[in-house]
Amino acid sequence: MKVKNYNDLVAWKEKCPRKLDYKINVLICNGTSCLSSDSEMISVLLEQELKSRNLEAEIRTIRTGCFGFCGQGPIIKIEPDDITYVQVKVEDIKEIVDSHLINNIVVDRLLYQEPDKTEVVGNSSGMNFYKKQMRIALRNCGEIDPENIEHYISNDGYFALAKVLFELTPEEVIQVVKKSGLRGRGGGGFYTGVKWEMSRKSPGDEKYIICNADEGDPGAFMDRSIMEGDPHSVLEAMIIAGYAIGANKGLVYIRAEYGVATNRVRKAINDARESGFLGKNILGTDFSFDIEIKLGAGAFVCGEETALIKSMEGHRGEPQKKPPFPSQSGFRGKPSNVNNVETFANIPSIILKGAEWYSSIGTEKSKGTKVFALAGQIRNNGLVEVPMGTTFREIVYDIGGGHPNGKDIKAIQIGGPSGGVITKEYFDMSIDYESLLAMGAMMGSGGMIIMDEDTDMVQIAKFYLEFTQDESCGKCTPCRIGTKRMYEILERLVNMEGSPEDLERLRVLGENIKNTSLCGLGQTAPNPVLSTMKYFREEYEAYAYRTKKTKYSIDPKLCIGCTKCARNCPVSCIEGSVRQPHYIDESKCIACGACYEACPVNAIIKP
Amino acid sequence: MRNKILDTSTLDKELLAKLDAFIDSLEGDKQEHLIHVLHKAQELFGYLPQNLQLYIARKLDLPGVRVNGVVSFYSFFNEKPVGKYTISVCMGTACFVKGADKVLERVIELTGANKNEISKDGLFTIKDVRCIGACGLAPVMTINDKVYGKVKPGDVDEIIRHYRSIENES
Ligand SMILES: Cc1cc2nc3c(=O)[nH]c(=O)nc-3n(C[C@H](O)[C@H](O)[C@H](O)COP(=O)(O)O)c2cc1C
Ligand code: FES
Repeated sequence: MKVKNYNDLVAWKEKCPRKLDYKINVLICNGTSCLSSDSEMISVLLEQELKSRNLEAEIRTIRTGCFGFCGQGPIIKIEPDDITYVQVKVEDIKEIVDSHLINNIVVDRLLYQEPDKTEVVGNSSGMNFYKKQMRIALRNCGEIDPENIEHYISNDGYFALAKVLFELTPEEVIQVVKKSGLRGRGGGGFYTGVKWEMSRKSPGDEKYIICNADEGDPGAFMDRSIMEGDPHSVLEAMIIAGYAIGANKGLVYIRAEYGVATNRVRKAINDARESGFLGKNILGTDFSFDIEIKLGAGAFVCGEETALIKSMEGHRGEPQKKPPFPSQSGFRGKPSNVNNVETFANIPSIILKGAEWYSSIGTEKSKGTKVFALAGQIRNNGLVEVPMGTTFREIVYDIGGGHPNGKDIKAIQIGGPSGGVITKEYFDMSIDYESLLAMGAMMGSGGMIIMDEDTDMVQIAKFYLEFTQDESCGKCTPCRIGTKRMYEILERLVNMEGSPEDLERLRVLGENIKNTSLCGLGQTAPNPVLSTMKYFREEYEAYAYRTKKTKYSIDPKLCIGCTKCARNCPVSCIEGSVRQPHYIDESKCIACGACYEACPVNAIIKP
Repeated sequence: MRNKILDTSTLDKELLAKLDAFIDSLEGDKQEHLIHVLHKAQELFGYLPQNLQLYIARKLDLPGVRVNGVVSFYSFFNEKPVGKYTISVCMGTACFVKGADKVLERVIELTGANKNEISKDGLFTIKDVRCIGACGLAPVMTINDKVYGKVKPGDVDEIIRHYRSIENES
């Protein structure tokens, strides 16, 4: 249907099928993570099962976006019963239908069990994973069918747009966003309202709204989940931004690897256009706006806004000197307002609920919530959204469930290849833009990699540097050559060919690259090294003074002589008789770690 | 010896016709759509040999080096042929800390092809990719569109054997 005015929208919302129109709603996660463990097949089977039993009128299935609880997928949630099933398999479908949907008997064996507890939890609000979360940017992810615009509308979708078009002037919209205190979620944390104001004030007959969906930080996937789970909220926010700054054209730059997200955004654009939210004379007003998708092609630096614009123009994605900022001269040389996906996803709620509501959440300078991606050595992998100011400890232990095997967590890497480490002494620190910068890390896009006592921090730093030196676009010398030299030093160190002077060399080189690079990539590339060197100096010294043990060994007191290690060793360097302590011939050990993985009693000592 | 000008007449005519139709359908400034066109060309031809790049350059009225500059800049574009199956091992951070490097090593060992290379039998191309957004399943590896999660180096043998056996049957 085509919405031509406010009343049309209200009438449509009333007609949209709501959850309460059905006796039961079965929500099946169709996010990337769950899709890769068969949730597509699960959805199909469930739909067939319901159809064959003529239950479709009462029981509705909804293929939703990501619930965030990715480590436990595939996930099925049943409403209004508020029962969440985890790690569901194709074979479980019949039982869920027979037992739960028909006979109202919960399938206990598929419920989630909190670590260290014996009882299971059915309701998601009762799970520690969700208790401390607050969902604004992710409000619709895992709630609605992202491919069905009616689901979005029945959750007040496009009402923020209507409010803006019918009740507010562009300046008033900017004031609301400014007052909310919202800051960019793409990394830098620039005040969104201020950016909008700058873009509005830049002279120009043609302006652009650009959504940065390049999501380059390896280990972060919130932007992808938002686009997959709630694409309309990003589109709605872009239209609102267009109205506020005076642009009639929007562009979403999506990285090429994100096929599912691209398709969902494309469908959402078409549906929005058909419904009168995009195109000429939106909702019958004289404001017109349209959105187009631009695909990336696999270059991390294209997440940087000036490089992104070059890429959208069909060039190599090389960053440009700022100023001029994109808000002054961007795409095609016209004023262009660039915001991140998650930044946009906050806008509709801010408009509907008000700046006061939003700014009451969070800390003094960092308002609202932030989505973090938890990965690495943590029990609950996944996406979490918490108010700014939450501590690392709450995220890692209360929400994340701590280490999967109860080991000591020694640090969290935050901010990806541009960020740094937070060591366990600082886990009680509040998470906000300023405190992270003070620690030599940064918010970045919100990827958190949890590292335990076994993690080698020098190797981690080397990993990030390999990434940045590979992704350096080559335009400026400090970044192109400097990161390569730093990488070589690190390589030398881990090969036990380095020297103590190398540590000083790394530091000086790092500082220089930070100060002289052209864009944010180079300016932040040394961070992972500098930060780990600061907090884990002894690990660097072990390599520099060549005192680092590199071979595995066995603790004879713990070894039970089960022979598992010897059987798994690819070079047969482990000897010992059954039920007797085993022994590793260190001259032959290749440090592959196979014995370590195989040992049931933790008797293998890692180098 | 001087370099010879690349011969575009050896390119598949049918595929070129499709590419032409796609380019003609684009609106606005065609040069701005270069990356879009390259995506389409790679989808049609599987990879972007240099004569195809030259063809596109002429079609869009761009210098050949501009097109090659773009193709070589972005890791998504292949200048060499790819195998029937592309094995991409995720080397994102989440996968790395869970031992993805060991998985990649095993893949290289078993296929005999190095990173960005094609195996001798033409079946597999090996790639390391950055985060595919399934970090909850780390370490992750994909073969064409199929995602394998929580892969251990030992699992790779079975997976590759599976693809080889499909080939032997057909
Ligand atoms: C090397 C580099 C990579 C970046 N990658 C991204 C990215 O993947 N996504 C993103 O939104 N911003 C990224 N940024 C930040 C953008 O340049 C820009 O500041 C941001 O998109 C602005 O949106 P925001 O104000 O809503 O955060 C990157 C910056 C640098 C220097
Ligand atoms: S790091 Fe491998 S899927 Fe994200």
